[in-house]
Amino acid sequence: MTADTQSIVEVEGLSKSYWIARREPGMAGAIRGLFRREYREVKALEDVSFCVKPGELIGYIGPNGAGKSTTVKILSGILVPDTGRCQVLGRVPWEERIETVQRIGVVFGQRTQLWWDLPVQETFELLIEIYRLCRTRTREVLKELQDLLDLGPLLDVPVRQLSLGQRMRCDLAAALIHEPRLLFLDEPTIGLDAVSKLAVRDFVKRLNRDRGVAVILTTHDLDDIEALCDRVLVLGEGKLLIDGSLADLRSRVTRLRSLTVDLVDEEAHFECPGATIHSREGHRVHLRFDPEQISTPELIGRIVASHSIRDLFVENPPIEEIVARLYGDYRLDGSGDARGA
Amino acid sequence: MKFLNALSLYLRYAGVSVRGQMQYRASFFMMAFGNLLLTGIDFLAIWALIDRFGSIRGWRLQEVALLYGMVNVAFALSEAFARGFDVFPNMVRSGDFDRILLRPRSAALQVVGQELQVFRIGRFSQGLAVLLWGAWSLHVVWTVPKVLLCTASILGGACLFSGLFVLQATLAFWTTSTLEIINTVTYGGVETAQYPLSVYRPWFRQFFTYVVPLACINYLPAHAILERPDPLGSPVWLHYGAPAFGFLFLLVTLQIWEFGVRHYRSTGS
Repeated sequence: MTADTQSIVEVEGLSKSYWIARREPGMAGAIRGLFRREYREVKALEDVSFCVKPGELIGYIGPNGAGKSTTVKILSGILVPDTGRCQVLGRVPWEERIETVQRIGVVFGQRTQLWWDLPVQETFELLIEIYRLCRTRTREVLKELQDLLDLGPLLDVPVRQLSLGQRMRCDLAAALIHEPRLLFLDEPTIGLDAVSKLAVRDFVKRLNRDRGVAVILTTHDLDDIEALCDRVLVLGEGKLLIDGSLADLRSRVTRLRSLTVDLVDEEAHFECPGATIHSREGHRVHLRFDPEQISTPELIGRIVASHSIRDLFVENPPIEEIVARLYGDYRLDGSGDARGA
Repeated sequence: MKFLNALSLYLRYAGVSVRGQMQYRASFFMMAFGNLLLTGIDFLAIWALIDRFGSIRGWRLQEVALLYGMVNVAFALSEAFARGFDVFPNMVRSGDFDRILLRPRSAALQVVGQELQVFRIGRFSQGLAVLLWGAWSLHVVWTVPKVLLCTASILGGACLFSGLFVLQATLAFWTTSTLEIINTVTYGGVETAQYPLSVYRPWFRQFFTYVVPLACINYLPAHAILERPDPLGSPVWLHYGAPAFGFLFLLVTLQIWEFGVRHYRSTGS
């Protein structure tokens, strides 16, 4: 029981459906649609339950349309679920929207929270007013955020002139100005270049480690998850499929890893016992292997001994592949219901 | 305290909006001047009409000028301050309304604060000029209660038109196609209220009295200011109390808006 009261997020049996109007094609259909519409039910979330403890850093993944954004919107008080219970920092978000959002931070990678025409500094001033913050305290918080995110040179620049990476750094600062203990990040690295991605990851990691801010991170980028998260929630078609560590997730789905080899000679014959060839494009050969049958160094040793190669690298299967396979398995299991068609 | 907090945030928002507009100075002056000219033509039409026929149902030009001035100043105020609701349907469509819900302040306050259209001063100043000319040349004794009544009517009118903007914004929660119905009432209402209500057919009068209480923000109070009985038979206390219905209208539409917000949050976009 004490464990439960310690949670900062408690979600139990959360479900939500949308009713989507079916549009009939053509002008006649559009006019008919004005008077009579047929609706189709889309289940965005079905019976989702989980808890978040203070200071956790959780990856929330799943394919497009799996219901990730819906969850974030419910937890941040924007949407009301159909059924289910939920508490965020001790409050029911949709009943106490203002009190809830006063205590959480939310960043949507796809859409900025900043004012398009305002210089960054003025955005912060406006947020101080909106959150009714103490100016002296906030000045310290901002100073620290500016140092960590290297915002100094950006403060006078209007938001619309920022690059995507600069904008994301400013968005992060804006979401943390009121010192929330819980931060939702919805695809914070989407579209960013490698340097900006690393900067964002590094910042999130420090925020979590040094300040104990709990983070729920939605992403399609497995590297984000691997770099940051101890725990992963996998959502598929509105259902929570897995709640566990990253290793759990991998072993539940596939042990296979992939190795990519660049050969010196495009025409060279390639053969390697212990691994299967997944595909080949000229110089480049994609292999799959099971690390429990052959260790990575051993496999690499074998390849290097028998072929002349230019380069090689080991990869994990991309997240979409894992999730797609996970969901496929789940259906084949027969444990899912029969409504999919 | 709550009100002061809200006002302080509103002023900040408005400051942002105004500074944005002042970045394009030439464009601002042209829009303000265009707004003055375009809306001023209406009064020329009224002048031409009355010049030809002498009066409309016993209303002389100066008296109509009073009606015209009150409704135009009121509408200019609502256009300047409440146009934030006008761009609201776009916010719902693009998902920007979620961003507003993520901030710990009233959604209506944030929506209205995002736009303060200063160039509406065009209509405002020509309406005020006509009103002052009418007030001056009528030889009415402007006692304190009359001045207060006139001011209250204008503010009530601004609330009424703002309420119409709120209603139109609320529709966006149910339909993504812009419904021009409310616009018809808004702009049609301004045109209507520039003439004495007694010239219209009964069903039309009743609509603009009981459904959208436009009569309450210039026609009825004008009788108190001019100190004459209403040919339609309304009581004198109503002439003084009428502006309250403008404020009430805004309160009611804000309730409907809140209902719309709840609907949005339970159905999603």
